[in-house]
Amino acid sequence: MLRDSLSRLLADHAPFSRRADTAYTAPFHDPELYGQIAELGVLAGFAPEASGGFGGAGFDVMTIFECLGRSLCTEPLLGPAMALGVLPANDPLVASVIDGSVKIAIANWEPGDVSAVGAQDTKLTGRKSVVYGGNSADWFLVHTGDDGVFAVAAKDAQILPFGMIDGGGACELILDQTFGRLIAINANAWNRMLQTGLVALCAEAVGLIDALLEQTVEYLKARKQFGRPIGAFQALQHRVVDLHIEAEQARSITMLAANSLHGTDAAMHTAMAKNLIGRVGRLVAEETIQLHGGIAMTWEFPVSHYAKRLAMIDHQLGDSDMHLEHVAAQM
Amino acid sequence: MDISYSAEEQAFRAELRTFLKANLPTEISDTVRTGRGLTKSQMETWHAILNARGWLAVNWPKSHGGAEWGPVQRHIFEEECCRVHAPRIVPFGLSMLGPVLMKFGTNNQQAEYLPRILDGTDWWCQGYSEPGAGSDLASLKTRAVRDGSDYVINGQKTWTTLGQHANRIFCLVRTGEGGKPQEGISFVLMDVETPGIEMRPIRLLEGGYEVNEVFFTDVRVPVANRIGDENAGWTIAKYLLSHERTGIAGVGFSMQALEDLRALARTVYRNGKPLIENPLFAARIAEAAIDLEALKLTNLRVLAQAQTKGAPGFESSMLKIKGSVIRQTINDLARRALGPAAAPFPSEEWMGNQRLVPSDAVHNAAEYFNNRKISIFGGANEIQRNILAKHMLGL
Repeated sequence: MLRDSLSRLLADHAPFSRRADTAYTAPFHDPELYGQIAELGVLAGFAPEASGGFGGAGFDVMTIFECLGRSLCTEPLLGPAMALGVLPANDPLVASVIDGSVKIAIANWEPGDVSAVGAQDTKLTGRKSVVYGGNSADWFLVHTGDDGVFAVAAKDAQILPFGMIDGGGACELILDQTFGRLIAINANAWNRMLQTGLVALCAEAVGLIDALLEQTVEYLKARKQFGRPIGAFQALQHRVVDLHIEAEQARSITMLAANSLHGTDAAMHTAMAKNLIGRVGRLVAEETIQLHGGIAMTWEFPVSHYAKRLAMIDHQLGDSDMHLEHVAAQM
Repeated sequence: MDISYSAEEQAFRAELRTFLKANLPTEISDTVRTGRGLTKSQMETWHAILNARGWLAVNWPKSHGGAEWGPVQRHIFEEECCRVHAPRIVPFGLSMLGPVLMKFGTNNQQAEYLPRILDGTDWWCQGYSEPGAGSDLASLKTRAVRDGSDYVINGQKTWTTLGQHANRIFCLVRTGEGGKPQEGISFVLMDVETPGIEMRPIRLLEGGYEVNEVFFTDVRVPVANRIGDENAGWTIAKYLLSHERTGIAGVGFSMQALEDLRALARTVYRNGKPLIENPLFAARIAEAAIDLEALKLTNLRVLAQAQTKGAPGFESSMLKIKGSVIRQTINDLARRALGPAAAPFPSEEWMGNQRLVPSDAVHNAAEYFNNRKISIFGGANEIQRNILAKHMLGL
């Protein structure tokens, strides 16, 4: 249901032809579309019933993000998907994040992978980097060096907004004795939030991979060289078949991670998923460009943008190597 | 077989090193090092510096003002240039058209065009590929019809690299129908200012601008601008593509990219430690280094053959495949080394005091995406494999 209506909304209001305008110029998304997505109830799909939502399970997140990936959507929905799963039900931010009136972003990364933002009572100082969706966020959830989690209002902090190479926006969040409201969640909850983000990103990648392979097969049938469709060459057939097998593997591991979210295997299965998605994503991005040839090197051709997004997903919430290490440590 | 450089070759390398140190402007090497695009005037400046020393037309005979270096010397030159982030010599006039003119051009054509290539008066670009003729280049459709002493040309070319800087273009055009598609092609020179020629930029996936589409509408070109015989252009096209292939492995570029990667891995941190101390990532760099060491020697073995036999043969297809994959692997690692900091769209603003990564690495993600082209252009790696299957294995 939600899947169908979200797909229709994105097809009608966010066709690829409009993406170059929205994804690469500030605010790097379409605020009107964000409102429509909220109206549809998508954000409620990230929140458990206790918080006034109707979802929050792994498969809810997977379904929504697969749709977003398919249509190469740059709306900043990762923040709410992560935050709504862990914010206490009575937190004042919850209702306004669900109705779309407040955008929230997760500030978890600093260069070197070490949380150094310091908190003295309610005053935070330090810098968080490459905060996805942070350029248009009203609120941030900030992770501090001593494993505290604080809500920080954008208006109280210094924001350096920028666009990203694969479209969409992010920011640097600079805190200097900035007021933060302590959120009463423990380290486990923060980890669960990160795992929700991993499921979301993996699902987005699954959607991107499907879309890329569809476009590639179509192109192999249509493009003629040496008097026949290039899809008639066995060397290319085998490669695109291999990609399809990898795509099924990517979907399977993502389903596993979605199914395990909130359970005891969540850490293991989300790490496995993000590793495999990183590897398959890189392969599919590179191979679909190669199978198209020069045309996929151009800005005008959708494949190039799908491939960029797919490759850059490996740079969010830990790359394939980092998650490989997590999995290896548990072997 | 002696697999080390001779004393003369080592002395030659030392001489190059001294020259480059004294003559390569820092402003130009900084542009190359940080992955920003070179301006036309920077490229022209570098050409002029090399030309003043007689080292611009590295493969031309001395009688035409070239350096007359053999394949091994040219390779050493490429390595040394890459090592100090010198720009690559723009190949279209010097490496591509120059040798064609010397082999197929009339005395008049040679006298008219060669000096202008050398002194930078002419910037040539290439009109080979068409939207419908990529890997299958011989199926090209841009037509040249005789009308008195002119050809009238209609059609479209694409992927014309640095055409925005060019004042002249060499093109493959169809002058004959029937028979094999290769048989009706001619090689024609044009001034890009000729009425009816329109150059349009193609924006590349990472946002950069280096290639163009070129449209031809009733363009009148004197028949005298043709090189070689009518309908003999395919032979010339193949000569052009095969002649200058000594640099095709891109060994120098990969060596420099690997050095930059190693330096980067010492600078950026992962889990609070320098990335180079991460065994997994260090192993990935090590694998790339091993592949590259082998390629250096494979390349030299092919060059040593070319030194005695003239141009390298089908082996250059092997160098192109392996060379492109190794370079792309290094670019991939250089992107991944940055973690989330690879994501910002590179802009001048981000190269200022707010940048997250060393200035050299700001463009790493863009370069990774842009360099997907090297397994596509100049004959996609799939086409190179076809060549090897046929000529190396007899399949």
